[in-house]
Amino acid sequence: MTQTTPLWEVFIRPRNGLSHKHVGSIHAADEVLALQAARDVYTRRGEGNSIWVVRSADIFASDPDQAGENFEPTADKVYRHPTFYDIPDDVGHM
Amino acid sequence: MYSQGLIGADARTEETQAFLDAFQKRIDAEEKIEPNDAMPEGYRRTLIRQIGQHAHSEIVGMLPEGNWISRAPSLRRKAALLAKVQDEGGHGLYLYAAAETLGVSREEMTEELLSGKAKYSSIFNYPTLSWADIGIIGWLVDGAAIMNQIPLCRCSYGPYARAMIRVCKEESFHQRQGYELVMTLARGTPEQRQMVQDALNRWWWPCLMMFGPHDADSQHSDQNMKWKIKRFSNDALRQKFIDATVPQAEYLGLTLPDPDLRWNEEKGGYDHGPIDWDEFWRVVKGGGRMNRDRIEARRRAWDEGAWVREAALAHAEKRRARKMAAE
Amino acid sequence: MALFDAVLELADDHLVLGHRLSEWCGHAPMLEEDLAMPNMALDLIGTARTLYDHAGRLEGAGRDEDALAYTRGEREYRNLLLVERPNGDFAHTMLRQLYFAAFMEPYWQAALSSSDSVIAGVAGKAVKEMAYHIRHAGEWVIRLGDGTEESARRMQAAVDALHPYAEELFEAGAETGVLPSREAVRPAWEASIARIFDEAGLRAPSVAYPQTGGRQGLHGEALGPMLAEMQALHRAHPGATW
Repeated sequence: MTQTTPLWEVFIRPRNGLSHKHVGSIHAADEVLALQAARDVYTRRGEGNSIWVVRSADIFASDPDQAGENFEPTADKVYRHPTFYDIPDDVGHM
Repeated sequence: MYSQGLIGADARTEETQAFLDAFQKRIDAEEKIEPNDAMPEGYRRTLIRQIGQHAHSEIVGMLPEGNWISRAPSLRRKAALLAKVQDEGGHGLYLYAAAETLGVSREEMTEELLSGKAKYSSIFNYPTLSWADIGIIGWLVDGAAIMNQIPLCRCSYGPYARAMIRVCKEESFHQRQGYELVMTLARGTPEQRQMVQDALNRWWWPCLMMFGPHDADSQHSDQNMKWKIKRFSNDALRQKFIDATVPQAEYLGLTLPDPDLRWNEEKGGYDHGPIDWDEFWRVVKGGGRMNRDRIEARRRAWDEGAWVREAALAHAEKRRARKMAAE
Repeated sequence: MALFDAVLELADDHLVLGHRLSEWCGHAPMLEEDLAMPNMALDLIGTARTLYDHAGRLEGAGRDEDALAYTRGEREYRNLLLVERPNGDFAHTMLRQLYFAAFMEPYWQAALSSSDSVIAGVAGKAVKEMAYHIRHAGEWVIRLGDGTEESARRMQAAVDALHPYAEELFEAGAETGVLPSREAVRPAWEASIARIFDEAGLRAPSVAYPQTGGRQGLHGEALGPMLAEMQALHRAHPGATW
């Protein structure tokens, strides 16, 4: 049986002021090698200035079967959005 | 590089008609399918095979071009070729990762490649015999790959489509690099000119075969289209490639080795001579000049690297244990 | 001409090592390293190109980077013996990289204030590249040294095989006014290696007979075939443009 090298998810921050964004995955035995691999694979064209790596096994994802109950109840809460409220133009920008 | 239109959708699936219909509705609505979503088993298996084959093609594809890194005739070309072959490795890596979201490990896919169970694009079973081959591969093989890959950026499976977007972004330098190299040779000494024409003569037909069998002989491609894993037929992509390439060859004063190649006003494209499908199948089935050597090279890298991978895992384990003991 | 010779020595070191590393491309122990090693090789080849270009200008005889790289034979190459050593296994390759980078990083650090603006410019870029090479190769040396029984054995074998070539790093080059003193780099190199060896559980052997001679073009037998391969196509078409 071949031993499997753990899979990591890679997040890169393109520049300061932006958040880290998922860019892909790599394999590495530990976090130090994972950061190096992420650097060598995903930043060869100046893609960013900061890297996060997270073991794929440590990510907990919401269940797509629960997408309805998770995300649909928000749809009718229109009063959370600024455009729900009518303010006369005379008041100026708000 | 990529699969060559041989992967047929896996129709074996046990889901209820209602489930399949609901899934098809999502596809028809151009909704992307994501890793944990419910999907027909056939869809999953087809993707694993296609993405795996695509990944293997990238990895094996490092070898023919890698054959010339050590002999690149200028330092500028050496750096560009090394960067390009490295990119192919990166593409393989992105694609393996995309397949891994479907529940198969890179190790399992590698074993399938080495055992011969998984295929890769047969174009890489041809040898690179001169420096001009490097230019021709960039121009034509990558050119053909781009034709196939751009539609894959809109493939219904999210991780595959995202990997392809990254691949296509990087790939754009490859074809230009190749064409520039070919152009330099075509405008060079008589020997260089002859070298590049010879390379073109050897690679042209295998490049046309990269798109896979004619639509009439291509199995199950309807289901692939329906699932939006594939968006254009083999013949349509091949035609597009020929139409794009002929003027590029003319510009360089090079001759494509097909006496039947001529413009067809009516269809608004070029007609071409018959493709030697016997050769195609021979190479696909393992009879190409380089099939054995390619797999052997990959096997050696994998086997000889085993102790390194094991050491890294063993060290990680030791560090974990030491950290636990210290706490 | 002393500066020309000295710049050529540095350029040869970088090209030969870059070429060696590039031989791994497509054959690495894991895909991630198939990307990492070309990154390092490209750093080295990039530095070599700038240095050859500079050397060509210093010489003023119309030789460009390719003339210098492709039309000199092994007796004319001035690289360290360390960098021409064949790749061997992954342990050898990573150790060779570590030895070289652990020298070049402090060397370029010192060269930042060189009176030669090209050298100072190269140093500014290379110092960061070498810092990464130390880290990348060093982390591997640690893992292989303190991994499995087999990897520890292989890693120590690499140390035993390559350590005799380390002394040459500190040999004075062809010129020492514009370029930093090589001997002055010794403490930094030794500290880097000691730190990594300590963590890796490796021991540096005592070397009775250090191997030197590269700067006089007195190489081992590995360089000739490497150059023959590298230069074959270029030499077969004199005057051609690529």
